[in-house]
Amino acid sequence: MSQTSLCLFCAFIIIFTGVKYLKRQIKVGIPRALSYYTFYPLWRVFLEKLGAGVVVSTATNRKILEEGIKETVNDACIPIKVFHGHVFDLAGRVDFIFIPRMISADGKSTFCPKFLGLPDMVRFAGVALPVLIDVRYNRKGFPGGLLRFFLAVAAKIGMRNPLTQIYAAICAIHKQKQYQRLLLKGLKPLEAIEVIFGQKKSHDFAGKGKNQKTSSEKRTTVALLGYPYAIYDSFISAGVYDKLVRLGVEVITFEQIPLKEMRRFSKIMPQNFFWYYSNQVCWAGLYLLEQKSSIDGIIHITAFGCGPDAMVDKTLELEAKYAGVPFLSLTIDEHTGEGGVQTRLEAFVDMLHARKTINRAG
Amino acid sequence: MKVAFGHMGTLTPIMEMILEDLGHEAITPNRPTRQTLALGAKHAPEFACIPFKIVLGTYLECLKLGADTLVSGGGYGPCRAGLYGELHRRILKDLGYEFDFIFFWPPLKKPFHFYKQLHKLKGHHSWVYLWRIIKKAYSKLAVLDDLEMMAQRIRPRELKHGSTSKGFEQAMDMMRQAKTGPEIASAGEEARALMQKVPFDDTRQPLKVGIIGEIYVQLEPFANYFLEEQLGHMGVEVRRSIYLTSYTRHDILSTRGDMGSRTLAMPYLAQKVGGHGQNSVGDIIRYAKNGYNGVIQLAPFSCIPEIVAKSLVPRLSKDYSIPVLTIFIDEQTGAAGIQTRLEAFVDLMDQRRSRSLLVGA
Ligand code: SF4
Ligand code: SF4
Repeated sequence: MSQTSLCLFCAFIIIFTGVKYLKRQIKVGIPRALSYYTFYPLWRVFLEKLGAGVVVSTATNRKILEEGIKETVNDACIPIKVFHGHVFDLAGRVDFIFIPRMISADGKSTFCPKFLGLPDMVRFAGVALPVLIDVRYNRKGFPGGLLRFFLAVAAKIGMRNPLTQIYAAICAIHKQKQYQRLLLKGLKPLEAIEVIFGQKKSHDFAGKGKNQKTSSEKRTTVALLGYPYAIYDSFISAGVYDKLVRLGVEVITFEQIPLKEMRRFSKIMPQNFFWYYSNQVCWAGLYLLEQKSSIDGIIHITAFGCGPDAMVDKTLELEAKYAGVPFLSLTIDEHTGEGGVQTRLEAFVDMLHARKTINRAG
Repeated sequence: MKVAFGHMGTLTPIMEMILEDLGHEAITPNRPTRQTLALGAKHAPEFACIPFKIVLGTYLECLKLGADTLVSGGGYGPCRAGLYGELHRRILKDLGYEFDFIFFWPPLKKPFHFYKQLHKLKGHHSWVYLWRIIKKAYSKLAVLDDLEMMAQRIRPRELKHGSTSKGFEQAMDMMRQAKTGPEIASAGEEARALMQKVPFDDTRQPLKVGIIGEIYVQLEPFANYFLEEQLGHMGVEVRRSIYLTSYTRHDILSTRGDMGSRTLAMPYLAQKVGGHGQNSVGDIIRYAKNGYNGVIQLAPFSCIPEIVAKSLVPRLSKDYSIPVLTIFIDEQTGAAGIQTRLEAFVDLMDQRRSRSLLVGA
């Protein structure tokens, strides 16, 4: 008797695992480019809690860049080319590729028009691709934009249980908040992602940011302004961030400034930009310029041919000029060499040091 | 007030008339030249689009002529045009100029601001009067559009090289001098008659090319290297996707824009991307469906919506089997280079047509 029940039990387990095995886990690929640097925890946690496996494309390298360049119009900016490369890197490895159509993240501004057309640009690039999850991320209009987005994503990958959906959404938002707090503390996105997903502890990165307030009084501080997908992709930006750190300067990016503080400037600027990241870059610049002596110089990273930046760069340049703060604009493209960037950074930092000594003597 | 404004094709004489009717002194900009562009490019950010640079150059020229007020307008996102005004103002102030800046947002997006700006411009005149002069300006604009379309039709069929362009210039002059309602009506008749007198051969079957792309480079001949004329002289009939009267009908008064081409574009570009990006995609399809031999996409270098549209061009061109030539324009673009590319494109269309005729026969 007990033997038959044991047999039954075994058979049950075998069938059950078999079914589970047949019902292979869905794999969703997330390109490590553009909105990845701002929203990755939100995307990943939500997809994982729905039961999907998440695959992230490899860090940008020469091959990814070249594949991207091959299939994009040569007038596109380098972040867009690289994004295409990341998508092709995922193709063949996953069932879905996650390319939400980023329209508005704060209900007011939109993203750069290239973000708006991104899923279409990728779809018609002439490479066979898995299904794209190109759901609109738009928090404009009546409230619930985020919920609408989540429901649409869940529907797209065929996960229809409403309780799981809501649970996944709550977890995702929670993680995203945690992520933003870490960024505010001065962690770089990739570091913060490691902390959030448990590969590292946050005190591994202690000694960064706020903890050093006392000694930073004396150190030269530079505001490194630009879009996260350019600055933190060290392949695109030729490692500007790390180079500056190695030159011994303190680096501030817009992620380290509370959004509330930055928003103040939306009232002060005579005309805000239409674009999400551009506004933050510009507000951050104004915020740091307002706090006299918080920074010694501004470096603006801008992609060759970037439309919005033509406006942002000139605005920052003029504001820096009026405030008497040195300003360096670094244009990056696929031909940017490490060496050239290094020389320009060194010259700029030397100049900042020299100014500091003169000021102290004066 | 001494009021100046940017030069944009046939809109220029219309603006001049409106401002004069409102009792201002219009500092009418000359047609932009290479100097204008160089002047603008010197003070503009490197990656600003070419309309920005040309208009900045024009403002600088007008300010030197004593203008004290600048008038401009633009859409409200997601593209850059709406921010032109503010950045122009900043750059000019930084150069030390003093002036008043009147900037119009689309009336449906910012009605109150629009009203205030309009009030500034109209001064002591009544709203009824303003309405009347706008209606009059519109009727003149419609005639100018008609004349342009006639010239585009006649030029590839003309019997004497250059006679269309000469007739067109005369007709434009005639219209420029017509300032009152009845004058516009009679000058319109005369100008049309003048165009019809240009001798042309109606039996010719020229190639037909549709022009799409960003509005400023379509409408301002200087910005597109007088492309329409060049093509006409190569024996090609041209049609633009934008004429000012159709623009005012669809774009300025409504925020939805030209539904036709947007709907056509949907399967390819399911999102408004600012400027005329979505229209460009839809217009390629429309031209293809109407039996055109080719499409030329005109765009300023670094123009965001047109870059998005261009990404889709290879696929559209294949799906609808219509050749598309994209020309990105910046201050370094040489006239000779453009001409070679146009000639090659015309050859290509010609070959395709003869081949399809052979197959058809
Ligand atoms: S904002 Fe600039 S860099 Fe970013 S996608 Fe748009 S054009 Fe490219
Ligand atoms: S549509 Fe193109 S040319 Fe017009 S503002 Fe936008 S980027 Fe500039």
